[in-house]
Amino acid sequence: MNFEYTEEQTLLRNTLSRYFADAYDFEARRKMTGSDAGRDAGVWTAMAEELGILGAAFSEEQGGLGGGALENMLIMEEFGKALAVEPYLSTVVVAGGFLKRSKSAAAEGMIEQLISGEAIVAFAYAEPTGRYDLAAVKTEAKASGGGYTISGQKSVVAGAPWATHFVVTAKTAKGVAAFLVEAGAKGISMRSYPTVDGGTAAEVQFDNVSVGADALLTAEDGIAEIELVVDEATVAACAEAVGCLHQLHAQTMEYAKERKQFGRAIADFQVLQHRMVDMFMEVEQAVSMTLMATLKLGEDAKARAAAVSLAKAKVGHACKFVGENAIQIHGGMGMTDELAVGHYFKRATILEGLFGSIDHHLARYEKLSF
Amino acid sequence: MNLDFTPEQIAFREEVRAFIAENYPDSLKSKLADSEELGKEDYLAWHRILAKKGWVAPGWPKEYGGPGWSTVERFIFADECAKADTMMILPFGINMVGPVIYTFGTPEQKARFLPRILSGDDWWCQGYSEPGAGSDLASLRTKAERQGDHYIVNGQKTWTTLAQHADWGFFLVRTDPDAKMQEGISFLLIDMKSPGITVRPIITLGGEHEVNEVFLDNVKVPVENRIFHENKGWTCAKFLLAHERTGIAGVARSKRGIEKLKQIAKTEQANDRPLIEDPFFRRKIAELEMDLTALEYTELRVLANEQAGKGPGPESSLLKIKGTEVQQRITELVLEAVGHYGAPYFRGFPQDGDNIYPIGPDYAHQAAPRYFNMRKTSIYGGSNEIQRNIIAKMVLGL
Ligand SMILES: Cc1cc2nc3c(=O)[nH]c(=O)nc-3n(C[C@H](O)[C@H](O)[C@H](O)COP(=O)(O)OP(=O)(O)OC[C@H]3O[C@@H](n4cnc5c(N)ncnc54)[C@H](O)[C@@H]3O)c2cc1C
Ligand SMILES: Cc1cc2nc3c(=O)[nH]c(=O)nc-3n(C[C@H](O)[C@H](O)[C@H](O)COP(=O)(O)OP(=O)(O)OC[C@H]3O[C@@H](n4cnc5c(N)ncnc54)[C@H](O)[C@@H]3O)c2cc1C
Repeated sequence: MNFEYTEEQTLLRNTLSRYFADAYDFEARRKMTGSDAGRDAGVWTAMAEELGILGAAFSEEQGGLGGGALENMLIMEEFGKALAVEPYLSTVVVAGGFLKRSKSAAAEGMIEQLISGEAIVAFAYAEPTGRYDLAAVKTEAKASGGGYTISGQKSVVAGAPWATHFVVTAKTAKGVAAFLVEAGAKGISMRSYPTVDGGTAAEVQFDNVSVGADALLTAEDGIAEIELVVDEATVAACAEAVGCLHQLHAQTMEYAKERKQFGRAIADFQVLQHRMVDMFMEVEQAVSMTLMATLKLGEDAKARAAAVSLAKAKVGHACKFVGENAIQIHGGMGMTDELAVGHYFKRATILEGLFGSIDHHLARYEKLSF
Repeated sequence: MNLDFTPEQIAFREEVRAFIAENYPDSLKSKLADSEELGKEDYLAWHRILAKKGWVAPGWPKEYGGPGWSTVERFIFADECAKADTMMILPFGINMVGPVIYTFGTPEQKARFLPRILSGDDWWCQGYSEPGAGSDLASLRTKAERQGDHYIVNGQKTWTTLAQHADWGFFLVRTDPDAKMQEGISFLLIDMKSPGITVRPIITLGGEHEVNEVFLDNVKVPVENRIFHENKGWTCAKFLLAHERTGIAGVARSKRGIEKLKQIAKTEQANDRPLIEDPFFRRKIAELEMDLTALEYTELRVLANEQAGKGPGPESSLLKIKGTEVQQRITELVLEAVGHYGAPYFRGFPQDGDNIYPIGPDYAHQAAPRYFNMRKTSIYGGSNEIQRNIIAKMVLGL
């Protein structure tokens, strides 16, 4: 057993962490998320060109640096620490996840575009009534003239307004499949809006959007492949949460050591000490679970899904516990928009529900393992 | 001992229900009473209607303009208001400074302030907390120096809720810097339009402008605006806090909140079935109802004590802790219930004529801001940690 990172992995983490510290501090982030675009496109370009990290999780044959899930984990953790809103999760983890495995002609060349930063992909999977069940899809892809026409509504598609492409899940004659669609395709319309955690999303309407046969990224009955990629994305979301959780805990400790009430630092009150110890334990367990699930992504579907669900449920719990207590221990200051801690709390809250709530994952685990 | 209502109480319930149905303004109904950022007139509309009826201050003694209700009648009234989703009556005048004035004030002070609190002509805010004095309220430093028949007040208050609308504020100030902490404090009523007062907004997590910083720079306050004796303000301060805490329990509103939660869970679909059929989610609602029922009957016991002439004591801390925990939990479950649609963020609410409409079902768009905002309830009014300290010390004698 070996929990050590390789030199390359450590270097990757340090590079990204330094970049965020310089270019993406809390004030800079506030400006980006508050702008009309909701981000600064230069950051994505820098990640592709200066840092070269967008290829970290692709194999060398695909033009990447030869990494995989562990690299995604490291990167997402740094995203969490910096509260970065850039669409790495949907572009590299999700779209990259499908493309890596796809034999479709459309995939060819796409990975290159992802790595170079030219292509940004949003993942359109959620629907108004589908909730977290990936198979509960009403969007349809009807076979027509050798290709498909896609129709349906996708909700709260993160990063949609920035996307050059979508990965869309839709029902075919055989089951649920994933398609790659250009964002500019005829028949796509969207209504975009900010999200509570500082992100940008949209409701995306697909209205008889025609795509070629090569847009199909999975089998026509592709639920197993979708579940695999979403499991990878779920673990990546856990890693992002871990980054947030570290910050929530560290900032709370720092505040508690400084803030004086009753003539002493509030960190002297045992009840708060114990609370911060409990937070610490939640953070450490979230780290462990994320690592565990990352390392089990390669196992058979059942073992993998069970591991991912356990991890997501535990991390979800940590988000709630650590987030709520971070606010509580900051007292009134925790309620302000001005302090970073509230923004970490908000992101942690959204991550808690992303790709399934605690209940959803515990139920999935129960189904898989009893 | 029994839990049944008498025929008179049942008749009273009917009367309250009918009054609300006939008099609650349509203009407020359309604004989703509790989930929208409201203007001053929105807050006051219902207050004024109740004032005319003589029902705006259920807890006040009759001689000062209260309706003379028993605790059961007050309970019924609160319940009916919650069921009808009426606007909350702001507590600062009615529940906080009002009782202090009728308990500790001079006849002149009572005559001057109480009628205007009832009518809603004066909007009050609470100037207790300071940047360095939060949980440790008694360490406050805003000072008031006596100069003839005036005090000159200098200092800074913070977290002052809705001070941007206030006509008057009740302030704790230090009048004797040399006395022991609690002993040099006085309770002053300050006209918020006095020269030297500056109110600056603080924006909170959900994006609201609800709290403010208040700066006092050589503010001149007539001595006649001091309640009770000089340096004895702590007595008023503590009396007020106990009242504040009881008000915070909010049982009736939470009951209504759970009803709405159930409604949402019936509407939301999870795996092609209504969410309410999900055993995990049902269990959580059931547990919440259990906690709320325990709170409700505990509050009834505290109220009965009060009826018997024993004012709210340190046990009101229990109501504060449990009440706020239930309120927070309701907002947590609503957020959970709306799934993906908790993420879109819409500041405020579309006005008539706007062509922006919220994303997702209309109960969803405020779910997250409300969850974030409700974190305040375990912090303000004396944080829940402080309430536990109070129970440990005052009730358990630890
Ligand atoms: C099954 C069992 C096996 C044990 N085995 C061993 C052993 O092998 N070797 C050994 O040396 N001891 C052993 N102990 C003893 C054990 O370490 C003590 O019981 C324990 O340290 C608590 O001390 P105490 O009983 O004096 O309780 P106290 O110290 O009197 O504590 C009473 C309660 O107050 C709480 N408390 C005390 N101080 C604080 C504080 N500062 N902050 C918050 N809460 C506090 C405690 O958590 C406890 O709930 C064992 C005890 C048990 C029950
Ligand atoms: C939305 C909002 C509205 C408010 N409205 C008003 C208002 O209108 N008027 C007004 O005067 N004030 C108002 N307040 C202020 C409120 O009463 C204070 O925020 C509260 O008393 C806590 O003080 P603090 O924020 O300074 O936190 P601190 O006192 O700094 O506390 C920080 C943390 O330390 C904990 N802590 C402190 N001391 C102890 C201890 N001895 N033991 C254990 N834990 C401890 C606290 O529980 C908290 O978790 C409002 C606050 C908020 C958030």
